[in-house]
Amino acid sequence: MRKLTYAGALNEALRLEMQRDPTIFVAGEDVGTYGGIFGVTNGLLAEFGPKRVVDTPITESAIIGMATGAAAAGLRPVVELMFIDFIGVSLDQLFNQAAKMKYMFGGKATLPLVLRTECGAGMSAAAQHSQCLESWFMHVPGLKVVLPSTPYDAKGLLISSIRDNNPIVFIEHKMLYGTEGEVPEGEYTIPLGKADIKRAGTDVTVVATLAMVPKALAVAEELSKEGISVEVIDPRTLTPLDEETILESVKKTHRLVIVTEEVGHAGSSAEIAARVAEKAFDYLDAGIRRVTAPFSPVPFSPALESHFIPSEAKIMDAVRAVLGAPETA
Amino acid sequence: MSEIPKETLLSIYETMVKIRVFESRVSELFAQGKLPGFIHLYIGEEAVATGVCAHLNPGDYITSTHRGHGHLIAKGGDLKLMMAELYGKRTGYCKGKGGSMHIADVDLGILGANGIVGGGPPIATGAGFALKYQGKDNVAVCFFGDGASNQGTTHEGMNMAAIWKLPVVFVCENNFYGISLSQERHQSISDIADRAAAYDMPGVVVDGNDVTAVYEAAAEAIKRARAGHGPSLIECKTYRYRGHFEGDPTVYRSKEELEAWMKKDPIPRFETNLKKMGLLDDARIMAIHKEMEDRVDEAIRFAEESPWPDPSELLEDIYTGPAVVV
Repeated sequence: MRKLTYAGALNEALRLEMQRDPTIFVAGEDVGTYGGIFGVTNGLLAEFGPKRVVDTPITESAIIGMATGAAAAGLRPVVELMFIDFIGVSLDQLFNQAAKMKYMFGGKATLPLVLRTECGAGMSAAAQHSQCLESWFMHVPGLKVVLPSTPYDAKGLLISSIRDNNPIVFIEHKMLYGTEGEVPEGEYTIPLGKADIKRAGTDVTVVATLAMVPKALAVAEELSKEGISVEVIDPRTLTPLDEETILESVKKTHRLVIVTEEVGHAGSSAEIAARVAEKAFDYLDAGIRRVTAPFSPVPFSPALESHFIPSEAKIMDAVRAVLGAPETA
Repeated sequence: MSEIPKETLLSIYETMVKIRVFESRVSELFAQGKLPGFIHLYIGEEAVATGVCAHLNPGDYITSTHRGHGHLIAKGGDLKLMMAELYGKRTGYCKGKGGSMHIADVDLGILGANGIVGGGPPIATGAGFALKYQGKDNVAVCFFGDGASNQGTTHEGMNMAAIWKLPVVFVCENNFYGISLSQERHQSISDIADRAAAYDMPGVVVDGNDVTAVYEAAAEAIKRARAGHGPSLIECKTYRYRGHFEGDPTVYRSKEELEAWMKKDPIPRFETNLKKMGLLDDARIMAIHKEMEDRVDEAIRFAEESPWPDPSELLEDIYTGPAVVV
């Protein structure tokens, strides 16, 4: 099958959807002439013109608020928050306005709005351009939280998100933009709330998100050489969370490791661990292990940043630990 | 004023009285403990919402504020549904999920009161973006206060509306206090309309207690917006008779100041003018007041007789489509 990069798959999803539905527009900082800081909106301005591909001032509250008003008034905005860290200057418009409008109005508002953003460390972009903050959005009823790890998922999930009638935070990972994978041509959707078993296994369940998925898969491959069978699950959306797929896997493997680049404290990994502890405790043969970033701002120096990001060695150790082996890393 | 049609003048008068009566009764109901939550009343500011909304039709949008009852009534909101919402009843505008600070009627173009000071301007800008995108000649009106005039969201929204020439009219209700903080303590300018210059949009100051002045300024700004020439800022200087919220002891302002403003009450002022023009007499005035009292009575009866929301409704209306179960 044809291969595309993660960024290219996202670009294709935007183009196909914009061709299909004239009420969809793209707006954000440098999304037009520049093509997006990571190139995701490249070529859209030329194809759809400035009415539908809108460069905005660097005013994140107005970007999100404008999208909220436009969605309430009948359009389907796909707006970009250049770095997830910038949610700090625009939180109210998302959390108190877009997320709650439908409920506060007794159901009489529909907000088909996608906020595309990207997260993650790995470029020495330091503490204000590298965070993973998915749990912040998980905590707010009214939002859906989507986070693809592969080009295939990126395209299908973005199309589904654009067609969904709710405010969606669509989180990409900057270190995945250049990764390649098989992507079918044409439209396809992936249901929001359906996890994907990226690798089937029987001994340990590893739940991973975003850039931790390829690392978990590499670890699974490595351990298979020792006869250890690791099942890798990517939830793909955190709200809604496909609890069932995770619980079914744990009931089979009896062991769980959760891997996120987010800090562990009050993170998405904590929520997943709590759900499994509540609903599948009796199936567990070992304590749940989490591999996450430490509770620290993201450091600048490559020497520190590489230590901040969860490594394959740490994932491997956690898997061995739930299997009863002593840790090394 | 002579150019404003007679029916419009009378309709404006009736709307101002309707707001005054509604708000006065809400004040009493709150004091009687019948209304839960926070209530911010519009008494004294009726001329602003009325003078602006007299130009609007259901295809036009407004964003409102925490002090929003007047905007809703002026935009055509249903008193019964409003009152039921204030009571927290299932029959209210928001099924009892929003309350005073979040009343909305999207079908009437009311994109909600708002509990966040400065929450509305980016949303109004977005509604204006959609109207322009859809090729409509409708407008979005953003009501906000002097307090919100300092919020970043207000400036971001105005800037965006200006660069894209969106059909948005920013209406600042300067009642001289952001909660307890007087205007001279919260900003270094006295005319908020001056800030329009920063966005290269027209900015005018009007006497917000003179409904015809508000009406005329709004006519100009709305005409400009409908014609595709972009946003305007209208600053209406006015005053709230009640505290920031019901129960506010208003220790931050003097009785003399309040009394001076009450002498400029927008309703008797307009009434006097209409009498001079021969459009109103005492009998008609009494009849209009009686009609509004009756309508508010009916709204209260409707609210009191309405059922509470069922606890099972708590988890409804969070998402469009299937519920998200966590």
